[in-house]
Formats: sequence, C-alpha cells, structure tokens
Amino acid sequence: MITMEHVCKSYKVAKRNAGFGEACKALFHREYEEIRALNDVSFTIQDGEMVGYIGPNGAGKSSTIKILSGILTPDSGKCLVDGRVPWKNRIQHVGQIGVVFGQRTQLWWDVPVIDSFELLKDIYSISESTYRTNLDELTGLLNLGELLRTPARQLSLGQRMRCEIAASLLHSPRILFLDEPTIGLDAVSKLAVREFIKKQNEVHGTTVILTTHDMQDIEALTKRIILIGKGQILMDGTLEDIKQGNANIDETIAQLYRTYDI
Amino acid sequence: MKKYWAFFRLRFSMGLQYRVAAAAGIVTQFFWGGMNILVYRAFYETDAEAFPMSFQATSTYIWLQQAFLALFAAWMVENEIFENIMNGNVAYEMCRPVSIYNMWFSRSMANRLARALLRCFPVLLFAAFLPAPFGIGKPASMGHLGLFLVAMFLGFGVTVAFFMMIYGLTFFTISPNGLRILISSVVEFLAGAIIPLPFFPDKIRTVLELLPFASMQNVPLRVYSGSMSGEEMIKGILLQAVWLVVLVIIGKVLLAFAEKKIVVQGG
Repeated sequence: MITMEHVCKSYKVAKRNAGFGEACKALFHREYEEIRALNDVSFTIQDGEMVGYIGPNGAGKSSTIKILSGILTPDSGKCLVDGRVPWKNRIQHVGQIGVVFGQRTQLWWDVPVIDSFELLKDIYSISESTYRTNLDELTGLLNLGELLRTPARQLSLGQRMRCEIAASLLHSPRILFLDEPTIGLDAVSKLAVREFIKKQNEVHGTTVILTTHDMQDIEALTKRIILIGKGQILMDGTLEDIKQGNANIDETIAQLYRTYDI
Repeated sequence: MKKYWAFFRLRFSMGLQYRVAAAAGIVTQFFWGGMNILVYRAFYETDAEAFPMSFQATSTYIWLQQAFLALFAAWMVENEIFENIMNGNVAYEMCRPVSIYNMWFSRSMANRLARALLRCFPVLLFAAFLPAPFGIGKPASMGHLGLFLVAMFLGFGVTVAFFMMIYGLTFFTISPNGLRILISSVVEFLAGAIIPLPFFPDKIRTVLELLPFASMQNVPLRVYSGSMSGEEMIKGILLQAVWLVVLVIIGKVLLAFAEKKIVVQGG
C-alpha cells in the first residue's frame, strides 16, 4: 500500500530576463524564485491497483515518482510505501520496487543488453531460477530475442525501451513506477508495452503507477486517474467520471486542464 | 560484496574492449617516457651530483610511471559518472539497492585496472631491454619489490578515493568541467607526475610529502628503485594507509550528504 500525506517539495530556480545586460546584472545579483513542485499532496493506493498519474508539463508528476522511489527527500509530509519511508533506508526500499524513467537509460551503453541484465541479477541478488523464469517470460512477452545480444547503443528507441522495461522487472518488484514509458515509441511497440504492463498487473498483481502524456495509455491501462496541476492534487477518480459523451479522450483531458486553469 | 564484484567485472570487461585506445596509449607512453628521459639526460650531463636521484633511478621512475599510468593519472577519471550526475541518469543509480559510494569505487577501480593491464606489459618489456641507465633498473631488493607492490596498491586506492570526493562535489556544482580541469592539473603537479617530488626544493617538498597527493604514485615509484628506503619508506607507506582511510571517510560523508540534498537535473 502506498500513502502520501501532505507532502511538499519546492525547488529554488534562478531566473532572469533575456539579454546581455540582464546576464551581466545576474552576475552580481541573482534572483531566485521558489517553485512549489508539490504542495500538500495526499493520496492512497492499494495493492494491485493500476493508477494513471496525469497532469500538464511541470505539474509535479516526476517529483512525486522520485519521492516514492526514494531519490528525493520531501521538505515536509509523510510517505509510506509498504510500511517503508522511501528516502530513509533507501537501499532496503529500492530492492522491492521497479522504476522506468522513459527519458533516461539504465542499460550499459557499450555492452550487450544481456550483460546489463546479468549485472542487475547480481545487484538485486536474484536467484538463478527466478532470473531464468523472469528472463524467459520477459523475452517472450516483449519480443526481445536477438536484442539481448546487441549493445545498447545500437538499439533503436523502441527496442531500447522494451529492454529498459524488462530490466526494471527482472527482480519481480511488487510495485512498478513508470515515468512516461511509451515516450517516442511506434504504434507496434506501444501496443506491446501496454499489453505487457496489463498482463504484469493481472498475473502478478503488481501495483502500477504510470505517468504519461499519451491519453491512449491511460485509456488502455488504468481505471483510476489522479490529476495533478501546479503541485496539487485536483482530482482523484475514474476515467468515466470525467468523460463527457463521445468526446475523444485528448479533448476531454484538455478541457479538464482548462477547467482547472493549469 | 558480490554486488560490487559484479560492477567491477562488467566495467573491467568493458575496459578491455577498447583495443585501439590501448594501442594508441602504449605508443604515446613510449614516446612520452623516451622524451622525458632524454630531457633528464641533458640535465644530468651538466652536473649529475646536483640531483637527488641517480639517473638510473629517474629512468626507472619514468618507465614505471608510464607503464602504470592508468592507475594514477589524474585525468583518467570516470567520465560516465560525471555525465550521469550532469544529465540526471544518476536517478537510476539511486534506484539500486547498493551503496552509491561502493558502486562507483569498484567501477573506477575496474576501469583503471583494465586500462593498466592492457598497457603495462609492452612498456615494461620494452623498457627492460633498453641499455642501462636508460631502461628500467632492477628493484633495489626483493623486499623493495614486495613493498613496491603494496605501495602501488595503496597509492591506487588513494587516487580512486580522492576522485570519489570530486564526484561527490559535482552534485553541488552543476557542471563538473571546471573542477575536473583544475583538480587534474593540480593533482598531476603535486603528485610528482610531472617532476618527481625529490626534485622540488626541500622546504616545499617537506610539506608536499604530507599531502594526500604524495601518497599516490610518489611512494611506489620511488620504493622500487630504492630512492625511498628504510624509515622514510615505512613512514611513506603508513601515511598512504592513513590517507586512504581518511579520504574514504570524507568521500562517504560527502556522498551521503549529496544524496540527501540531491536535485536530479532535467525532468
């Protein structure tokens, strides 16, 4: 179970106007603005739930994921994931979760993908038999096959992303955080990834939290939606709640953003 | 322990894979070593008595330095660690159930060891066949040879531990370049990579020998030829061990602090 209660996190950002004069001025006097990335965020997610976490750019989605995965320490508030405080005992916590950051890579660039997997096997102390079973299952579902023997640098984005997702699931985590997992994927890869996430949730009961800008992802995968904007939770409900008639999902969401002025 | 060994293995096998870089490195080291020795020869011909080390000891120092360059060179840092911190990929590293310090430490060690292993044999072999006093001399004694290996291991550890602190500082500076360039020139100079430390004026040298930089390549390279022996040698090696412990502690504290304060850059 995941609970967040009144979590706040703010960043200091240096700002200045355009131009050379302004740049010179900033040499001596720098103006900082405090950005409240998360402002009193609270929610609860049960085991085995699949939740879409949506919001416009800069709403605080990634910050939430980073706090839940133990990378960021919030300024205030409480957060428990399966009874653990993520940023304390980071090492213990991250052994139980899987994370995919769609814009980053966890594979070692110059060696075949399978070498990165073998490394993960040792890092997470995965037993030989579990590793074999998981690898076989992932290879089949995500159609990895020959990709495993290819160096990561020579994979296309879609191929790499499939390998990234497999890498995050080798240790059979109970909770999976997906931060824009379908970014830049072609239609076939997108469908494969969605299908796979769905199966993972059904078969293994994995709790999944998904952030994305692709509303088809949300439509295909999640029942529950949490909407965040300007660092605050604006809505927590189901897709049906917000759907109006036959409007298409992108328009619905855009309308929603406009309503909340975010 | 097994986890860090896995990192070591992967980085090591990766390091072995860059064959052309190794070949180019070996050629550079031949020329660099040869040129250095010719320059010193010109000095020694003027007045050999004026120098603190015999010409043979200096040649040996230079060849050993070239052979094991990768263990000590200040510019051979793990650029991937800097990149990861800069572009935010460090987020993934923090999602691993391992200590970041130990993970990066084993990685840096593996990288340097792999490079040194690829390069040292041709240089050592070549230098062994050069006529005295231009080639590599025999070790002062078997005892010196043994302590040379110990000191080399410690010096290697001190070098890696020192740069772990620099990685830690990078979390706070946004861009690592300034720090990296400044530190690598300063370290090279103070460690005796450009001129062996005995060639420095006495007063400066007394201070330099206490700094962690003198505990990197200075001790092993001089122990081998006997330019450092007896009490001075034992003190030097003990100081290496002390610096290794101190630098590891500072590095760990710094990194733990950075982890708490971290802001992952970009998205």
